[in-house]
Amino acid sequence: MSPHTPSPRTPPPHPPSPRSPSEPGRSPLVELRHISKRYPGVVANRDMNLVVRPGQVHAVVGENGAGKSTLMRILYGEEQPDGGELLLSGEPVRLRSPADAIAAGIGMVHQHFMLAENLTVLENVILGAETSRWGLLDRRSGRRALEEVSERYGLDVDPDVTVEHLGVGQRQRVEILKVLYRGARVLILDEPTAVLVPDEVRALFDSLAGLRARGLAVIFISHKLDEVLAVSDHVTVIRAGTSVGDFATSEADPRRLSRLIIGGELPAPATRDRTGGGPVALRSRGLRAGPVAEATLEVARGEILGVAGVQGNGQSELIDAITGVREISAGSLHLAERDVTRLDTRQRRRLGLACIPEDRHRQALALPATLWENVMLGSEDLRRRGRWRVDRKAARDLTRELIARLDIKAPSVDVPAAALSGGNQQKLVVGRELSGRPAVLLAAHPTRGVDVGAQAVIWELLRDARDDGLAILLVSADLDEVLGLCDRVQVMLRGRLSAAVPAAELTPQRLGRLMTGTEPEPAGPVAGAR
Amino acid sequence: MRPAWATGRGALSTLAAPALALLIALTVSTALLLTVGASPGATYLTMLEFGVRPDSLVSAVNRSTIYFFAGLAVALTFRMNLFNIGVEGQCRIAALLAAAAGASLDLPAPLHLAVICLVAVLTGAVWAGIAALLKVWRGVSEVLSTLLLNYVATAVIAYLLAEVFAADSVTGSTRELPPSARLPVLDGLLASFGLSLPAGAHLGGAVLGAVVFGAAVHWTLTRTLYGHDLRISGLNPAAARAHGIDPRRMIIVTMLVSGGLAGLAGLPDLLGNTYRYGLDFPSGAGYTGIAVALLGRNTPVGIALSALLFGFLERSALILDIQGIPKEIVTIMQGVIVISVVVAYEVVRRVERRRTARLVREETARTVASEPVGQAS
Repeated sequence: MSPHTPSPRTPPPHPPSPRSPSEPGRSPLVELRHISKRYPGVVANRDMNLVVRPGQVHAVVGENGAGKSTLMRILYGEEQPDGGELLLSGEPVRLRSPADAIAAGIGMVHQHFMLAENLTVLENVILGAETSRWGLLDRRSGRRALEEVSERYGLDVDPDVTVEHLGVGQRQRVEILKVLYRGARVLILDEPTAVLVPDEVRALFDSLAGLRARGLAVIFISHKLDEVLAVSDHVTVIRAGTSVGDFATSEADPRRLSRLIIGGELPAPATRDRTGGGPVALRSRGLRAGPVAEATLEVARGEILGVAGVQGNGQSELIDAITGVREISAGSLHLAERDVTRLDTRQRRRLGLACIPEDRHRQALALPATLWENVMLGSEDLRRRGRWRVDRKAARDLTRELIARLDIKAPSVDVPAAALSGGNQQKLVVGRELSGRPAVLLAAHPTRGVDVGAQAVIWELLRDARDDGLAILLVSADLDEVLGLCDRVQVMLRGRLSAAVPAAELTPQRLGRLMTGTEPEPAGPVAGAR
Repeated sequence: MRPAWATGRGALSTLAAPALALLIALTVSTALLLTVGASPGATYLTMLEFGVRPDSLVSAVNRSTIYFFAGLAVALTFRMNLFNIGVEGQCRIAALLAAAAGASLDLPAPLHLAVICLVAVLTGAVWAGIAALLKVWRGVSEVLSTLLLNYVATAVIAYLLAEVFAADSVTGSTRELPPSARLPVLDGLLASFGLSLPAGAHLGGAVLGAVVFGAAVHWTLTRTLYGHDLRISGLNPAAARAHGIDPRRMIIVTMLVSGGLAGLAGLPDLLGNTYRYGLDFPSGAGYTGIAVALLGRNTPVGIALSALLFGFLERSALILDIQGIPKEIVTIMQGVIVISVVVAYEVVRRVERRRTARLVREETARTVASEPVGQAS
């Protein structure tokens, strides 16, 4: 890395004050102090702080994978923190299971509803918390309690209708009632608007206002900024497993918020002068595949094209469509000059397509298999040379070479991939995909969840490969990465790819606005024209 | 990371689960024997004394070859999270057609045997292939289709025997195979090692076949691209798919090979014992194969060992009736072994996972602490 590039994971220069002055004087209902949680190879949470007061809708925002769900699982007793403290009404507690959490007055409304379709609303609500009289189910008192709760919070649902006849918004209301029925004072709503249409969102927000007025605390998890600003009283921003901002919504500046979420305040990796683009190596025209509504792009040899966007706008599906895992329903895909729209994954890889998948554990590695087996998995070269045989020696030699060259910390090539830390696993994946000297590399969030050292190595590898003439399609939500590595950038929003903009014309602020849709997409030349 | 990760600990944990399983099974059987009022010590001793007699051992080994083939067939599918529950049907329908083909041909000995084997392999593969196609085309769970195809096989066999292959037979079975279609016995091989068998006991030639096929399967699993793809598909189907291993192709190939091996499982009996296929043909080996594969942890060596154990248990059970102890106790013991295997592997797996997590956590803590926070270069 060039000398003027500071480490990208140092804290932002001006961390927001942890407590804003407008804080109401009520004592907190929930307090999480310095929570940390590690999974093998990944730090999911570190030094996470959260203070939730009664009578507030408290938004927890952050990208997918930022650590929101881990934090909520800890609060709901589904996971045990490795460090830190959890306080309820000022008392330190240990929640060992969701049952503990429910008993302590914490309720969770999952993104995916957990309702029995063929039971009535009443039956669903009392399920698992039934009252009984002389060993018999006491529907009457259950019904009375439900009506009471329903009236108090203004959540109107017919208790006798079966759930299968309810719409999504109503089902969600039943989920909320379920939680309230069990006496929750703190409600966790995990991405509650993800499944709702706009009208239902408004209804939900009205319901939340009712809960707030009754002095409950609502934790609202989301990555949609407009909703957060509309509904919440207080915002906590989470990025890379830690809380990076905490302030009253009234004081929140949307731009600053979006920068905090996607990390635009951090200095970018140094851009390097391009050696000049060669012929087009990857081209898609009007590509359509599931949530990908329209993707037109061109990547030249010796170029990095960035696809920036907030997670969940179709980037993962775009990558899957290009690798051949997801079927292309319309449009065309070319590798070099060859039409590969109808070819399968193996054939595309043979033509020089390589991929660093976004989810290392799901798509890149077989964790229980050894390092050399994992290298074998992704090396077209080894496969081709071995024909139908596994050349163990060649695979081990290549793995050893990667370990030495990329400084991968591994005791031998025969350990399972699970034994490596996240950063070392990722270096192995990147090295493996590059080892076959591919023509096109798809890199989806190549440095997510890896430590600083590995991040620098991976960026360097990508730049070197680009300079050697590789065409790279980089999908990332990290502004630093996009602006620091890419030559041109296209923004993906709601399944559509914008026209390409030279990275030099973008500032973190502008890119952030494009990604969140607060600035209309550039009406520039069509994608691909350079 | 520490070198403890290397082979030593791996071997230990490979043995830990089966040992734990056998221990649980032994405890349960002992309790069972006590409830029926038999002395566990005496019972085990009797079984052991009878079981290690030379003729018993030979019989156990012969029996185990059947379980070995059935176990291999099941294990292959287990390796990629498929469940071929239909080894029983594949094995029996293959045995029938092999018997019919063998009886109707007149060929020199080695060729005759080869043709019979080929017919058995192809029949088993076709029968298993039906389930594979249903899964690939229509998403029908292979657990259901292979299981139900067992019943179809039973009906088809009954029909074919009654109407085609044994229509004019008094015994209700296919015509007896000529000597050229019978497996040679390996007594001569034993004799060359200075071992002689008591009268009436013979070591079947199928044992040699089991060794050859076992080695071939082992080699395929560990040294071929197919074996590699099979392993990765089982460990992480999503990663396999993302790297161009076509799941549908893998399902079809694996089910065909599994069915082929299942077809071989009927041959030790057919070519070394009964020489004909009738309604009284020994059955049940396909189901035992599931247990054998589970106990053997899906590796050829493990399956060989567990097949030998099952063969030994079944043979030594024969003495129990004479002693007035219900020999079903051994069947229960086998069942308990299978359940304990599942439990034991789960226990060992959890212990392993916790150990891995701890190691990694320590490692992460160490690297994070030593990681330079600032500039990398």
